[in-house]
Amino acid sequence: MSSYLDETASQTAGPYVHIGLIPAQAGFDIFQNNFSNQLAGAETKGERIRIEGYVIDGTGAPIRDALLEIWQANAAGRYNHPEDKASPDAPLDPNFRGWGRGGTDFRTALYHFDTIKPGALPMLDGRMQAPHVNFWITARGINIGLQTRMYFADESAANAADPLLRLIEQDSRRQTLIAPREARDGTIVYRFDIRLQGDGETVFLDV
Amino acid sequence: MEKTGQYYQRDRLIHPPAYTPGYKTSVLRSPRLALLSVEQSLSDITGPVFGADEIGLLDNDLLRNYAKTGEPIGERMIVHGRVLDQDARPLAGVLVEFWQANASGKYRHVNDTYKAAIDPNFGGCGRALTDANGFYTFRSIKPGPYPWRNRLNDWRPAHIHFSIFGHGFSQRLITQMYFEGDPLIRHCPMLNGIPDDGARQRLIAPLDLNASIPLDSLAYRFDIVLRGRRGTYFENGQ
Ligand SMILES: [Fe+2]
Repeated sequence: MSSYLDETASQTAGPYVHIGLIPAQAGFDIFQNNFSNQLAGAETKGERIRIEGYVIDGTGAPIRDALLEIWQANAAGRYNHPEDKASPDAPLDPNFRGWGRGGTDFRTALYHFDTIKPGALPMLDGRMQAPHVNFWITARGINIGLQTRMYFADESAANAADPLLRLIEQDSRRQTLIAPREARDGTIVYRFDIRLQGDGETVFLDV
Repeated sequence: MEKTGQYYQRDRLIHPPAYTPGYKTSVLRSPRLALLSVEQSLSDITGPVFGADEIGLLDNDLLRNYAKTGEPIGERMIVHGRVLDQDARPLAGVLVEFWQANASGKYRHVNDTYKAAIDPNFGGCGRALTDANGFYTFRSIKPGPYPWRNRLNDWRPAHIHFSIFGHGFSQRLITQMYFEGDPLIRHCPMLNGIPDDGARQRLIAPLDLNASIPLDSLAYRFDIVLRGRRGTYFENGQ
């Protein structure tokens, strides 16, 4: 037998996840520095976008106590991480971390992130991936964080060649990862609803 | 040796499955279809990097980080441990966040309706970065058990919620730490959703008398293991 340690087991984040991760939504202020759903600052390079949507349970109802995190490359297709040694034409953006977190709203049930549209980037073997945003979703009732990806509907050529999307056999399932684009009062909004179970269930990843 | 490859495949048998009917809320929030298994890319191997300048001086001291008129009520304690990967290598500079109820089992949260008292001097959350050897530590009071709407008479054992980042987004983990000797542990539908007994036991922090501070605070030890990774890029088809 191997001598590897077992990973620590996951447990649900529970209904009060906001206290630890986004205390303002729990109703109080405690840290000087808070993490948020605002990823793009004034100096960040790239097209400003908003991503918004519901997280929907098996009855079709939106859930109001989900916590979501996103992780994405910058507009040039580079992650802000020392292991991304992309080519010189994909420079780091000092004004973009590429990570954010936010909750679904207790009243409207919508989540949103204000960010920039990421660039395309290669797999480790060099095949190109379409631009995408990595999602991690947790909530009361979710025993282990759910991973998925959002792709952009206006990138149909890149999406058609994307190695991950091509692994999905059914086109209807593939569509669960592709967010439509709309212009709303001068803001570009991508709508990305996440269906946890049942009709139109989102493709979740074991990665 | 530096390890820069893909993360080991997650062993789903040591985690609770998505659907655990004993925990009723999971019934409608669990995917029914198979997860799509994919090769990792930089999207999964990289993840956010956090710096010490983002952590406040009192962020890991729950006795003081929300104190208004005095210290919070309850059993003073230290919780500490290491964050390792599956190869037992310490993970330095990773963000560990934690949140908990106060000594009477009440959370500082707009949605907590339990009748127990709020503590004006207790916020109930904190965070720390691991040091070069993977150690984190924080100071708090021991949380109380609390009732929750599952079966009518379900009570959570005392616990602390933990959120941990590794070095890559695919190491992301949220879990809960329990306390040695708590008689509610064996009744807990959340903990019992984990099928593997060893995995359940590793969420129960033992009393650590050697780390306690005489005449001041008890201590509990909670080590956390995140996914390990391969030595090199493992490139299919190259
Ligand atoms: Fe809790």
